Amino acid sequence: MATTNEIKTPKQSLWKRMTESRYFVYVLVSPLFLVLLAYVIYPMYKTFAQSVVDQEGSLSLENYIRFFTTEANLESLYNSIFISIVSVITCAIVGVGMAFLLNRYEFPGRRVLSVLALVPMALPPLIGAISFSFLYGSSGIFPRLFQAIFQLDDVPFALTGIWGIIVVHTFTMYPYYYLSASAAIRGLDPSIEEAATSLGANRWTIWRKVIIPMLTPAIVASSLLVFMISMASYTAPLMFGEERVMTMAIALSRTNGNLEMAATQSTILSLVSIAFLILMTWYQNRRNYQSQSKGIGVHRSELRSPLVRYITGILSFIGVVILLLPIMVITLISFAVDGEWTTQIIPTSYTLDHYIELFTDSRTWGPVKNSLQMSTVAVIGNIIFGVFAAYAMVRYNFRGKVFMDILIMVPWALPGTVVAVNLISAFSEGNIFSFNQVLIGTFWIMPLAYFVRQLPLVFRNTQASLMQMDDSIEEAAQSLGATWVYSFRRVVLPIIMPGILAGTLLAFVQGLTEFVASILLYSPSTVPLSVGIWNRMYSFQFGTACAYGVLQTVLIIIVLLINEKLKGETNQSGAALG
Amino acid sequence: MKSVKLENVTKSFGKAKGVENIDVHIKSGEFFTFLGPSGCGKTTTLRVIAGFYFPTKGRVFFDNEDVTRMKPNKRNIGMVFQNYALFPHMTVFENIAFGLQVRKMSRDEIKEKVARAQKLVRLEGYEDRKITELSGGQQQRVALARALVIEPDILLLDEPLSNLDAKLREETRIEIKRLQVELGITTIYVTHDQHEAMAMSDRIMVMDQGEIQQIGTPQEIYNKPANHFVASFIGESNIVKAKVENVTDTHVTVDIGNGVKLTGLKENAAPNLDFKTEKDILLSIRPEAVREGEGTNTLTGTILLSEFTGVNINYLVKTGDHELDVMFVNTGSEVLNRGDSITLHVPEKGIYFLSEKR
Repeated sequence: MATTNEIKTPKQSLWKRMTESRYFVYVLVSPLFLVLLAYVIYPMYKTFAQSVVDQEGSLSLENYIRFFTTEANLESLYNSIFISIVSVITCAIVGVGMAFLLNRYEFPGRRVLSVLALVPMALPPLIGAISFSFLYGSSGIFPRLFQAIFQLDDVPFALTGIWGIIVVHTFTMYPYYYLSASAAIRGLDPSIEEAATSLGANRWTIWRKVIIPMLTPAIVASSLLVFMISMASYTAPLMFGEERVMTMAIALSRTNGNLEMAATQSTILSLVSIAFLILMTWYQNRRNYQSQSKGIGVHRSELRSPLVRYITGILSFIGVVILLLPIMVITLISFAVDGEWTTQIIPTSYTLDHYIELFTDSRTWGPVKNSLQMSTVAVIGNIIFGVFAAYAMVRYNFRGKVFMDILIMVPWALPGTVVAVNLISAFSEGNIFSFNQVLIGTFWIMPLAYFVRQLPLVFRNTQASLMQMDDSIEEAAQSLGATWVYSFRRVVLPIIMPGILAGTLLAFVQGLTEFVASILLYSPSTVPLSVGIWNRMYSFQFGTACAYGVLQTVLIIIVLLINEKLKGETNQSGAALG
Repeated sequence: MKSVKLENVTKSFGKAKGVENIDVHIKSGEFFTFLGPSGCGKTTTLRVIAGFYFPTKGRVFFDNEDVTRMKPNKRNIGMVFQNYALFPHMTVFENIAFGLQVRKMSRDEIKEKVARAQKLVRLEGYEDRKITELSGGQQQRVALARALVIEPDILLLDEPLSNLDAKLREETRIEIKRLQVELGITTIYVTHDQHEAMAMSDRIMVMDQGEIQQIGTPQEIYNKPANHFVASFIGESNIVKAKVENVTDTHVTVDIGNGVKLTGLKENAAPNLDFKTEKDILLSIRPEAVREGEGTNTLTGTILLSEFTGVNINYLVKTGDHELDVMFVNTGSEVLNRGDSITLHVPEKGIYFLSEKR
């Protein structure tokens, strides 16, 4: 006994000295940095390294010179920027306009419209693009309908090319503006406007001097976000066959075996995305305008004139129809018999087979199973990384904190195509980060890609819950005798659970609907759900494709509803204690 | 119950000074208060005792055990936080039971102890309530029960009344004092409210700018402040500049300007005050020590402000170059107005001598 005591004492004090050291926090956060190094920095570096060597393998800028002197490349870059700028403008008009209408005016159909305004967020990206091509594409339902009505030889209009992409972007991305502008408008204290009026300002002056300046932060932030997402967009160009955009150009270079050019294009696109990410972070950290008052009574002006009421009623009906059509058409076609819908306006024969097959035919069930498995693996990684990263970021101070924050956001800002290219560059041969295994072509590359793309989701949500929790709660547990582990398990974890759960669910559906990176990384044995949809579309099995799509959409809606409830609960308990 | 001893404790945060050279011995069973304005270091000192901060220099003892580097969860202390820090996802019962579960007590024992603690803070029947369903005062009592149920050696209270409204504060103050007396537990109480401190404490440590200004019983601190800061922070006080004129064995006479001379008792002075003729000195005169009419140390002046509060009549009186706050108990006599002249006197016992540096 005496001897063990003698040995134990110095050992303990060494451990104590270590844990009490100011630098111990770096020991704690080093695994987090290691993960970021292995799966974010290293793949980016490998792509970059590939882009700066020429055919012979020596260091040169040849690829970049070639990029900026090839007309096809320049056109792709130009098109991507053009599409993004126009998308920003159209999304801003639709999103901010709807935010004003729905928050400031009372008219027939307002309630329905304000519930449905967020429907585009429930559409998986691939399904959004597919539904638009079913509805408005060159063999779409509406062009054919008008062709039939007016007895034309050819369809009178159809969404194609760049403008098709822009329409899909507008539909899927306006909610970013709608949400941020709505929040800003609800935060506008009516008394500020009343104050301006009492000081002698007229309507126009109030708009120019009060309302627009107060909405500016929301609009700028959304613009940066929409520009970034538009630059990264891959499904819409793919759907409308527009090969001259950056993301498509990268995929094409890869299929043509020109890996150096793909790496060069990826690097250029990455630079744009990261620049926008940094711009966004910088902008959000600036002080925003905020109303001082707490309880704000939103007042909606009622539209009184019968004619105006009549017109707004019709317009909001059209709005509701436009918002619901994508989901309706996907649902409709999911019941259509494959191969029988050719030149008719809508499918003629219907069946339940696609849904039955989904759960009985192992070939149809395969992609669903794959996606469930791969998403689960990715999400487990996201939870472990996200929770500990969030805890470290909120509770500890260490050098490189801001750097780590940006690193976690980078994969989210990068286009999926680029993430895939980066992972291919890094893991098509074994290295220490993959335990010397070649990951490309295996099961593991897919969950890894999902893990990387969803990196911020669990992290951000957990961080938000943790920041709401007062430090003294953990201290109270400690003062009552609880060890760190005990208080983390019994106190911290239950309190931040809603945040973790919300992030986890979001990450999980994002994995289930991921398409852009998957299409470059999948192998025959790991076909995920979205690639399954794409393959079925390709072989004209629209019914099965849409049944997959309905499944994805239903899952997203369930998750969004659960998250809404979780958010409500945290706000409640937060408010009561605050 | 344990005693607490801080031996030259200094805690600095980087370059910013937290507290410096805190040297104090809190006796077993004592109700001891850290009093001072916000930012004076009282909470920092409390957190050093709780173990949330390790001191930069100095040592902390519970009885004779050195606990300087002991983790907070090993110290067996009960702490009540300013915002209560209740666990929002647990019921009242679960909150109170937490510390007992950590100590791995049996289910029956926990039930019995929690019930007793609930009774102690008068929250019987509330065990299944959610924390969010309680009022501020009830939350406060849960926090108290949670800290007491573990039978701590020391109870630490960090401004526990600051989030309550005035009436509830009064009630809870009496409640806390009752519990402390009943249980005889060593209690350290942090507050910036001098009334709370005076009413509850056995002894008070007055702090300012990270340093101890004075340690003493409420009477000592009020009647014999150690310096300018304590005199003006505790209660109201008129601080008057003066020059020492004459010193006898028992009395000191000073000149407060314009030939007005006041005489006070020599023993009525801050410790180590050195009376030298011609030396600059400060007088502290409490508003309630001043009397109306002629007597020893008579002063005449005009009224600048007059305030009637019901219980008291307060005047601001200009006499010579000085403005004095005076307070009389309302006995029904006539209230004077601004501009009226008034004659006052200060009994010898009402004059307290301070050194000129703070």
